[in-house]
Amino acid sequence: MIDLTVNGRAERHDGDPAMPLLWYLRDSLGLTGAKYGCGVGLCGACTVHVEGEAVRACMTSVGDAAGKAVVTIEGLDPAGDHPLQKAWRQLSVPQCGFCQAGQIMQAAALVATNPAASPDEITEAMSGNICRCGCYQRIHAAVRQVVGGA
Amino acid sequence: MLGYLDRELSGRVRPDTSTDRSGDPILVGRLEKLDRRRFLQLTGAAGAFVVAFRVLPAEAMQPYPTGASGMPNGTVSDPHVFVAIAEDGTVTIVAHRAEMGTGVRTSLPMVVADEMEADWARVTVVQAPGDEPKYGNQDTDGSRSLRHFVQPMRQCGAAMRAMLEAAAAARWGLDPKQVKAELHEVVQRADPSKRLGYGALAKAAMAQPVPPFEALAFKDESEFRYIGKGEIRIVDLHDITTGKATYGADVRLPGMKYAVVARPPVVGGRVKSYDASAALKVPGVEKVVEIPGSTPPAKFAPLGGIAVVADNTWTAMQGRDQLKIEWDDGPNGSYDTTAYRAAMSATAKQPGKVIRKQGDPDAAFAAAARVVSAEYYEPHVTHAPMEPPAAVANVTADKAEVWAPVQSSYGTREDVAKLLGLPIEQVTVNVTLLGGGFGRKSKCDYVQEAALVSRAVGAPVKLQWSREDEIHHSFYHTTSVERIEAALDGSGKVTAWRHRSVAPSILSTFAPDSGYQFPIEYGMGFVDMPFDIPNVVCENGQAMAHTRIGWFRSVSNVPRAFAVQSFAGELAHELGRDPKEMLLELIGPARIIDPKTAGMPKDFWNYGEPYEEFPIDTGRLRHVVELAADKAGWGKALPKGEGLGIAAHRSFVSYIATVVHVKIGDDGAITVPEVTTAVDCGYCINPERVESQMQGAAVMGMTLSLYSAITFAKGRVEQSNFYDYEMARMTRYPEKVAVHVVPHPFPVHATGVGEPGVPPFAPALANAIFAATGKRLRDLPFGDTLS
Repeated sequence: MIDLTVNGRAERHDGDPAMPLLWYLRDSLGLTGAKYGCGVGLCGACTVHVEGEAVRACMTSVGDAAGKAVVTIEGLDPAGDHPLQKAWRQLSVPQCGFCQAGQIMQAAALVATNPAASPDEITEAMSGNICRCGCYQRIHAAVRQVVGGA
Repeated sequence: MLGYLDRELSGRVRPDTSTDRSGDPILVGRLEKLDRRRFLQLTGAAGAFVVAFRVLPAEAMQPYPTGASGMPNGTVSDPHVFVAIAEDGTVTIVAHRAEMGTGVRTSLPMVVADEMEADWARVTVVQAPGDEPKYGNQDTDGSRSLRHFVQPMRQCGAAMRAMLEAAAAARWGLDPKQVKAELHEVVQRADPSKRLGYGALAKAAMAQPVPPFEALAFKDESEFRYIGKGEIRIVDLHDITTGKATYGADVRLPGMKYAVVARPPVVGGRVKSYDASAALKVPGVEKVVEIPGSTPPAKFAPLGGIAVVADNTWTAMQGRDQLKIEWDDGPNGSYDTTAYRAAMSATAKQPGKVIRKQGDPDAAFAAAARVVSAEYYEPHVTHAPMEPPAAVANVTADKAEVWAPVQSSYGTREDVAKLLGLPIEQVTVNVTLLGGGFGRKSKCDYVQEAALVSRAVGAPVKLQWSREDEIHHSFYHTTSVERIEAALDGSGKVTAWRHRSVAPSILSTFAPDSGYQFPIEYGMGFVDMPFDIPNVVCENGQAMAHTRIGWFRSVSNVPRAFAVQSFAGELAHELGRDPKEMLLELIGPARIIDPKTAGMPKDFWNYGEPYEEFPIDTGRLRHVVELAADKAGWGKALPKGEGLGIAAHRSFVSYIATVVHVKIGDDGAITVPEVTTAVDCGYCINPERVESQMQGAAVMGMTLSLYSAITFAKGRVEQSNFYDYEMARMTRYPEKVAVHVVPHPFPVHATGVGEPGVPPFAPALANAIFAATGKRLRDLPFGDTLS
């Protein structure tokens, strides 16, 4: 039995503690904002926050999250108006959009810990998140807009 | 890009598609008096200027024929099909093409909204299920959506506006000419204080007869609110940024099971025997289902294998790991891409089947002062959309409903109906958002698998492909050797051109393999080579397919543009010329190429478009070369280890030129600080999405150039995931892509955007690397570091 909080809500998992957090979120809780893209922590589409830190939900077991606070894209901001979400919309960042929840969660962890991140620090922090549509230029600009305006 | 290919081959294309089902004469054969060719020549030759002419409102949209009439189920423009108005004024517009990132789900409804004078803030977009008899063609590929549907959608919107005006006029007892629609209201011209909202008019407007095309008053371009502006945000933007957007794998049904499949590692392979006992012992695994296999040509039939069904995806994957399967590899078990490349290269050194012949190339080569030749190679590539294939199916005894990210929703519906032996009316295909497509999701094998497994377990099933599945079991972009030889006379003029293309054909997926390509592949940068050279021969050498070949974004244009445009750079070097000037000299004067004089084949494929309307216009190609070069500061001095390279290519009837600025690090690392792309896509409906497509195309071009290679050994794909099939990341991507769109008025037909940005990137990069280092790279991919 594993207790954790997801987006502020108490949840209990009574299955295999080794189950990746990603599949627990998606299949058990129906929180489908975090995406499956590679299953091996190489694309970042599944990025969520555990205790405020950006982690790959495909490589984090539910057991690893025991007693911890998990935040997904659905819980990042109650109205969906986190400054990054707003910047993403202002700059029309997405194309297909599939990777963007992971991108935003990765960026959100960065701006929370480094609110004045330099362009190089943004590049470094975001380099684990693949966008096959190739929206990097706008992703970088959106994060810059937030750190510049924070 | 060839989503209708299978349907063409199965004879489903109806010759009589020249009328649409709203009963209006469609645009074919209604070519107006305007001398269009001359107009194109004028605009093309002069480049970017906008023809300033004001036409009467009724003539503001001069209709022109497109290839849409040759597509299965053509086009539909009936407002009853695409528009609904609620009494509260909410306007619902149907998006019938699939959204995979191009923005089509926004751009086409935006066209309807603009013509009908709807307030975009009060428009809701709904996605159509797969139903082509109702909506017209839904094969979202070939960069065709705007090209084929901007006219029907304008017609739809204009008809809806006329119906609203007629309803308001009737209510007021006025002539429709005395009223006009204006941003969600109809107003009296004589007394603008008299207004009726669209909601109040909804019922009466829908009861009006749909006016025929001839009776419609189209907006003048100057009256557009949204078209051509690029200010409308994509409709899914909020949902995407909040995690609410629904992709294929996000669909959930009550009682749904989860499935993954172990497929034969070799195409055409079969399950010889299997032992599922360990898999069935995994807690949560409920069942295993054998899926029958297929041998090409099998179109989009599942590869076969063993499906594991469980109560969640992870458990299904764990169960799959426990399967013990003995495979029979079949005839492709020896496919080895290293040996295959050598064979293709040998073939390319021999004469092949002549596809295009102009002048007397043999004599010109015999008389040449010297001959320059080079061979270019591209390996197989797979699409790797961020969302691997996934589908949800619910199959009962007499019905099937699926939810899937598919580019070809109606084709999927046909295939699923056939697979299950159900009448097509009993099959529903709901289209989710696509987490990338790039051609992979035109092929519905994963949906068919979901349908089979759902039927076998008697419950809704979500079938998920892993990333490894996606890389191991694709419909791969062909691998090719492109060999080009040029004869030069004593003065350095190119007198003859010989291009030999050797590549397994997409056709092998649909029909018994002859080893030769077919007109659609010939038409993509091979026989349509636009250079002004008097003697030309294009030959195709035989190459039998040993895996499933499919279309990948830009298709054969990728290897062809790489070869032709790299070779232009090589000629410049040989002759000591500036590469841009060399390219312009090769393109020659601004002219419309006559396919007949050029010796192009009788069945020359012009992206399915009527040649008269969408000819090869070298003036437009020249113009994008000049524009890109100018904007990139061509000729500027650069530090050591940096260089500019240029390439231009016409594909999907658009003209694109790209200048890549490369910087080679001390360690040989290839970086691209800047890309300048000039785009001539005719009339530009949504410039903001055009820009985003071009930015994305540069990133995909970077990935193709540096990383993408699928190799086979013993019939098996050797790559598995992003650690050995890499993608450009933020640490190594074209950091600044400047996009310059050539402005045109509406009569310069809208052309493709989704694909044509990709092909010029790799040759522009190769040419830039040569400029920076003197090193000529002819094999894709280059790797991210020069050795």
